[in-house]
Amino acid sequence: MSDLLDDPRPGQNLPEYTVAEISGAVKRTLEGAFGRIRVRGEVGRVFRARSGHLYFDIKDDRNVLACTTWKGQIAGLSVMPEEGLEVVVTGRMTAFGGQSKYNLNVDEVVVAGQGALMALLEKRKKQLAAEGLFDPARKKPLPFLPRIIGVVTSPSGAVIRDILHRLRDRFPRKVLIWPVAVQGESCAAEVARAIEGFNRLSPGGALPRPDLIIVARGGGSIEDLWGFNEEIVARAAAASRIPLISAVGHETDTTLIDYVADKRAPTPTAAAEMAVPVRLELIAACDDFGARLTRAASDAITRRRQRLADLSRALPRPESLLEGPRQRLDRAGEALPNALIRGVQTRRLKLSELGGSLRASTLRRAIAHERRSFAALGARLEPALVRAAAMRRERLGTLAARLVATRPDRAIVRHRNDLSRLLHRLSTAARGGIDRWRRELEATDRLRETLSYKATLARGYAVVRAGGRPVTSRAQALPHRALEIEFADGRLPVTNAPPRKPSGRDDSPDDPGQATLF
Amino acid sequence: MTETAEKPVEEMTFEEAMRELEAVVTRLERGDVALDESITLYERGAALKKRCEEELARAEEKVAQITLDADGTPTGTKPVEGM
Repeated sequence: MSDLLDDPRPGQNLPEYTVAEISGAVKRTLEGAFGRIRVRGEVGRVFRARSGHLYFDIKDDRNVLACTTWKGQIAGLSVMPEEGLEVVVTGRMTAFGGQSKYNLNVDEVVVAGQGALMALLEKRKKQLAAEGLFDPARKKPLPFLPRIIGVVTSPSGAVIRDILHRLRDRFPRKVLIWPVAVQGESCAAEVARAIEGFNRLSPGGALPRPDLIIVARGGGSIEDLWGFNEEIVARAAAASRIPLISAVGHETDTTLIDYVADKRAPTPTAAAEMAVPVRLELIAACDDFGARLTRAASDAITRRRQRLADLSRALPRPESLLEGPRQRLDRAGEALPNALIRGVQTRRLKLSELGGSLRASTLRRAIAHERRSFAALGARLEPALVRAAAMRRERLGTLAARLVATRPDRAIVRHRNDLSRLLHRLSTAARGGIDRWRRELEATDRLRETLSYKATLARGYAVVRAGGRPVTSRAQALPHRALEIEFADGRLPVTNAPPRKPSGRDDSPDDPGQATLF
Repeated sequence: MTETAEKPVEEMTFEEAMRELEAVVTRLERGDVALDESITLYERGAALKKRCEEELARAEEKVAQITLDADGTPTGTKPVEGM
């Protein structure tokens, strides 16, 4: 029977696919066989394309699974995959025929166990702490009574209700809510932008700038709260110039923003309590201060009044002050007349004692005594005068005698003789000198005569003068009208007339002025 | 109290006014100030108390939510109801 059939060539009866058919078949098989699955692994390379889609790998020590999350799915991820993070991803297996690749389309990422997530948080904490962002010195004090409170949270939900409720109880204030997503992929970016946005508002503007910020979120899993562990949120909170309270999750949940916030509240309600004081308490305190103020002020006056009363009681009566002096006055007044009488009596006694020794005979005796001594002195007066005059006269005589012995007229005669002798010698000497000088003069004059030009004149020469001065050239003589010629036997005046010429010229070198002289 | 003694009461924050009021009361209660000064202190204390009371009376609740455009930029506010 076997020969009846074509012997099939090996493999001839295998189905033949086109590439598209097999790609589609693989895709269907993968999707059908696995459906929606969960895969645990460590996140490897993460890449976000410009299109917005997210590509990342999940790996173990030997294998790699390519994962894709489409742009629209990203918002649904509770944790953004981050390299090194241990995660459990959920999605559908599928294949991409264009590259002969299979991958997992991930629509949910959760951190695989608290340990892995805490390790990541720990790493970030260390880094920010090293930068000094947790430094207590950076923390700003909260305002005692903020006028406007900015709350960054979800506008719907229990958190904002709790905050507003507690604020209303304590001290109603103006509240500005900046709505944000408090979980999911956009949470971190929105919260960071809200903190920065509140800081950018200007005080008193259309949107007034709050003087306190509360960042709040209710409790949740660590994945739910993860947005508040993101670095951009922590950095925005650290950079906030407005004091900031963080109130994220429950008391046991500590997120990264709690470390950089100026104050950490365990719950949103507690944040409201930190934000404002209790108004009624303040009113009570204010009233109390008022009462104490009034009491203290009135006490101050009462105390002084009391003191005044005490002091004035201690003050003695004026009468008692005057009693002593008045008594002394009375006593003195009484004693005065007697004292006067006694004084007069004493003086009278003394007068009578003195008056008793006063007699005319005593006076007369005294006068006689004085007169006698006067006469005695008068008798001595004249002889004393005469004696004194004689004494002076004698002295004068002695001096006059000494004066005669040195008569000046004799000295004068002697000096006059000396003078005439000297005069005689002087005139003799002078005459001799004069005779000698005359002889020398005559000899010199004779010599002068022999050397004079006059001797030359005797030999026939002449001297021409003009205006008393000798002229020695025609040029000198020409300007002068009158000249004088000296011969040996005397002087002759001549006139120097200008030459008469038809041309009328004044002078001519061939015709010197001398021609007219003769 | 010394550093704020010169500051006009109207320019003080609530907290400053409250703190100085307390300081004024404490000083007055100690009773060692001269009478003249105690009168001045009392007057200042009364002004501070008035300032605090005004601030305490100004307790109004006003809640508004910021509206954002597509880019997340604030455009204005809208009232928040029912909270």
